[in-house]
Amino acid sequence: MRDILKEAHSRRAFLSMAAGAGAVAATGGARAARAQVQTKAHIVILGAGAAGAALANRLTERLDGAQITIVDGRAEHWYQPGFSLIAAGLKPASYSVSQTTDWLPKGVTLKADWAAEIDPEARKLRLQAGETLTYDYLIVATGLTLDHAAIEGFSLDLVGKDGIGALYAGPEYAARTWQAASAFVEQGGVGIFTRPATEMKCAGAPLKHTFLIDDIARDAGTRGKMDLTYAANNNSLFGVPIVAEKVRMLFGDRGIDAQYAHVLRAIEPGAKRAIFDTPEGRVERDYDYLHVIPPQRAPDVVRQSGLSWADKWVDQGWVEVDKHNLRHRRYPEIFALGDVAGVPKGKTAASVKWQVPVVEDHLVAQIAGDTAETSYHGYTSCPLITRVGRAMLIEFDYNDNLVPSFPGVIAPLEELWISWLMKEVALKATYNAMLRGKA
Amino acid sequence: MKDLTFETLWAVFEEVFGKGLFWAMVLAAVVVTLAYLFVLIRDRAVSWRKFLWAQMSMPFGALGAVLFVQWATKSSFADLGGPIDVIVMLMVAAVGAIGLAILVYTLEALLVRRASE
Repeated sequence: MRDILKEAHSRRAFLSMAAGAGAVAATGGARAARAQVQTKAHIVILGAGAAGAALANRLTERLDGAQITIVDGRAEHWYQPGFSLIAAGLKPASYSVSQTTDWLPKGVTLKADWAAEIDPEARKLRLQAGETLTYDYLIVATGLTLDHAAIEGFSLDLVGKDGIGALYAGPEYAARTWQAASAFVEQGGVGIFTRPATEMKCAGAPLKHTFLIDDIARDAGTRGKMDLTYAANNNSLFGVPIVAEKVRMLFGDRGIDAQYAHVLRAIEPGAKRAIFDTPEGRVERDYDYLHVIPPQRAPDVVRQSGLSWADKWVDQGWVEVDKHNLRHRRYPEIFALGDVAGVPKGKTAASVKWQVPVVEDHLVAQIAGDTAETSYHGYTSCPLITRVGRAMLIEFDYNDNLVPSFPGVIAPLEELWISWLMKEVALKATYNAMLRGKA
Repeated sequence: MKDLTFETLWAVFEEVFGKGLFWAMVLAAVVVTLAYLFVLIRDRAVSWRKFLWAQMSMPFGALGAVLFVQWATKSSFADLGGPIDVIVMLMVAAVGAIGLAILVYTLEALLVRRASE
């Protein structure tokens, strides 16, 4: 049945391509042709990142008369898939930076502020500046918080100096990560690459950073002076078993040592020493380069609002939503999208691309007094860079199944140039098109 | 990829090159193609002499296109990892070869003809 559906989908995609530009231009695309739903509803979107901006653009096309308010205190929009490239010296920090306002449609009100309090019973929220907003529908797309304080001895001031990198913290920190990493590439020594024990954004990124530093050192002729260790938080190198096995083989091929069940607890930057929690107790390791990815949690405002799961991820606080339609399980007028959503997989922009149309359909149907069938199956994709010039295009779902977009053409577990081209050339373009609601 | 339609592809290409450059390139391709059709119709025959020069330019167009793509994407021949990579590279080469051949033929027809007459 799944295969039939998939075949129908790919055939539809092919037919819509074959229909020709003329036909598409004439109809203005299928989406625009759909009738708009009339409403006076007030929709508040918390967060103008990838999910918030994309949904705002799509809702303005689908709804007529809705009042849409988007709340985000950050003036800059960050293209986060670019951070891995910045932290390997392949792109400048500016590659990932645009303005939040660049992506928002006309007719949407932006509150350049942060939410301070959400009251889901009264359907209202208070902003940090004191303003109160009431809503009919609320979309929680706040993203997540990097809990740097959870790693003793670590602070963001350290990034870029004395062999410490932390590429998740933003474009500038990604660039500073490259400062530290490039010094390490010149001098050699012991490199340790970590990942947290919590759910995290793009679990491929710590692997990409490891592979890229390995490859850049090979190019520079200094790989022989290095010991590289990847410290996995559990007993696997990746959440999808078939991919974990492939990564294990690639690490073997590249001479990268894998340490399992090592969770970074503390660092002593002066002594260049990292302290890990392991099943055997605390383990100390000296480093010349340490890549730090901190534990990741839902923002405090979300965790304090009573929207989080009570029995899952209790130390992380992801929003309690149905994993197929992303609607809150206790408050049907609330949805969560992107990193903050409490679903088993999918803290990536690729997931957002598949989640947004689902929330759009269910919300529009709800406003129209109808129901929708659209469902999210956990699709996530990761162009897993294995060296400069090659990547594996890995796509999978909630069930750890590989779901390749181009089966038989782009093999998911092969290191391919075309997958690198997609990451390097097409991904940001596709991402930007998604933000505009067009992909 | 979800909803791979022409609208999506258009949007993606606009983002790859920027709106201005993308449409400038589309326009350039259309202008060269129209000029090529113009000389074919004007001359009412394919000039095999001009076609020979166009053919001789093809390897340069092919290699140039491949090297340009590699330069733009920080990659090299060593990165080809599977059949699809070779196919993509050959497609890039074919586009470069045909593009340059059409350009050379058209330029010859429009410029050199005058000089040799």
